[in-house]
Amino acid sequence: MSYTTNEIMTVAAARRLPDGAVCFVGIGLPSTAANLARLTHAPDVTLIYESGPIGARPDVLPLSIGDGELAETADTVVPTPEIFRYWLQGGRVDVGFLGTAQIDRFANLNTTVIGPYDKPKVRLPGAGGAPEIASNAREVLIIVKQTARSFVAKLDFVTSAGHLDGGDARARLKLPGKGPVAVITDLCIMEPDPVSRELTVVSLHEGITREQVTAATGWPVRFADSLGTTPAPTDHELQVLRALQQRTALAHGTAGGGGGD
Amino acid sequence: MTEFVTLREAVAGLIHDGDCVAMEGFTHLIPSAAGHEVIRQGRKDLYLVRMTPDLIYDQLIGSGCVSRLRFSWGGNPGVGSLHRLRDAVERGWPGPLALEEHGHADMANAYVAGAANLPFSVLRGYQGSDLPRYNTNIRFIRCPFTDEELAVSPAIRPDVTVIHAQKADRRGNVLLWGILGVQKEAAMAAKRVIVTVEEIVDSLDAPPNACILPRVVVNAVCLQPGGAFPSYAHGYYARDNRYYIAWDEIARDRETFKAWMQKHVHNTADFNEFRRVLAETAGAAA
Repeated sequence: MSYTTNEIMTVAAARRLPDGAVCFVGIGLPSTAANLARLTHAPDVTLIYESGPIGARPDVLPLSIGDGELAETADTVVPTPEIFRYWLQGGRVDVGFLGTAQIDRFANLNTTVIGPYDKPKVRLPGAGGAPEIASNAREVLIIVKQTARSFVAKLDFVTSAGHLDGGDARARLKLPGKGPVAVITDLCIMEPDPVSRELTVVSLHEGITREQVTAATGWPVRFADSLGTTPAPTDHELQVLRALQQRTALAHGTAGGGGGD
Repeated sequence: MTEFVTLREAVAGLIHDGDCVAMEGFTHLIPSAAGHEVIRQGRKDLYLVRMTPDLIYDQLIGSGCVSRLRFSWGGNPGVGSLHRLRDAVERGWPGPLALEEHGHADMANAYVAGAANLPFSVLRGYQGSDLPRYNTNIRFIRCPFTDEELAVSPAIRPDVTVIHAQKADRRGNVLLWGILGVQKEAAMAAKRVIVTVEEIVDSLDAPPNACILPRVVVNAVCLQPGGAFPSYAHGYYARDNRYYIAWDEIARDRETFKAWMQKHVHNTADFNEFRRVLAETAGAAA
């Protein structure tokens, strides 16, 4: 089956979520990918949304982080303070699944402002739960569309810590989790270099060139020596994803997975 | 002890200019009717608190009711930006808006601390984030037992917390269920509490561990069916997503926003009339 760049981004991100993991899910693209994982290879994943649902199994994608669908399909719904105190800070989250407005070469994230903080050109929604997800989850997956505006050499604001200025910066700050382990975009998959922690392209999606990735990245992006090609989505993955999005569109009159947190 | 009053009376009696007010809700049970009534009564200089400021905070900010906002995520959930919030921050319209920006974990903790009558909240957080550089209320202390560095911020103690809930009984006990966000904590942290409800019943018929705000912490119960519109009330009605999408257009332009607020909020007597006018507008547009 033929597929779009958005579809391979979602499928490639979903594949990174291990079955059995406890996953703290951001709204939008992360929620789509996490639910695709749950409906394909990871039926025993536990999806946690910051509004309170634990073990959510939504039949349609939520419009917002607090949809009733999440509450109705969850194993339990707890107050928001419990989510952050007992689950995230309590060390019970294996994978944090995040989107972002901007990202830099060490996978630090900006969801706060474009321009100076006190006189911003664009005021973005803000941190939400991301800073503590990025620091406390055992590992972090990031899914974001790749453009030169979103992949920037220097962030105007570091909302959530990735690998900071690289190397062992996270360990020096005693951050509990190991930080971003993969960035999945509509062009490629990046992983932090094991030593420098700089994001390195490890896999190009089929039909995407190095030049396209370079043009969509605001720093001189590195490519792994053993650069691979992202395996194409299987028919099954595409069918499940499209059915999920179709159910969502019927329920909401929109594809869901939009902005908002 | 709980009084059963109209929303107009509750806002007039319990919310004053300059108050610190939390109208909480995590995309569910948003106290929209109460937000409108605060705008109708022209409150000024409010210090608003909310984890997830959404449409009603956009309306309050654009209407010039707010001078300060403590928050952790401000957006139109599932749609995009809050244009009135952005206009206030980016261009100071209709007046300057001071931001005190936190993360969700910290805000949730700060409500818990407020409810527990502690001066500050503690968390493992903000390491590597720029937020503490721009919000001097986020500080760090050393644990006296482990020497670990921990983040602290001031407890939230609203003068007034306003929430919407499904039911109250005739004595004033309030029951809410579904996604609860920080509503209980925000109510327990506040000096005064206003609750709008879908219905008032003889008995709540709730199991022992249900989320009930006992009447001793609730100052005013206001019967306001549909009071969380356009958000949802679990068990009563679904989110009206068309309104969220429409709001994006209405709020983009100052004049469109002002005309909309005049027609739908200032020129209507209450939330019921607002719903009627809105339905007529939608009918005319269809």
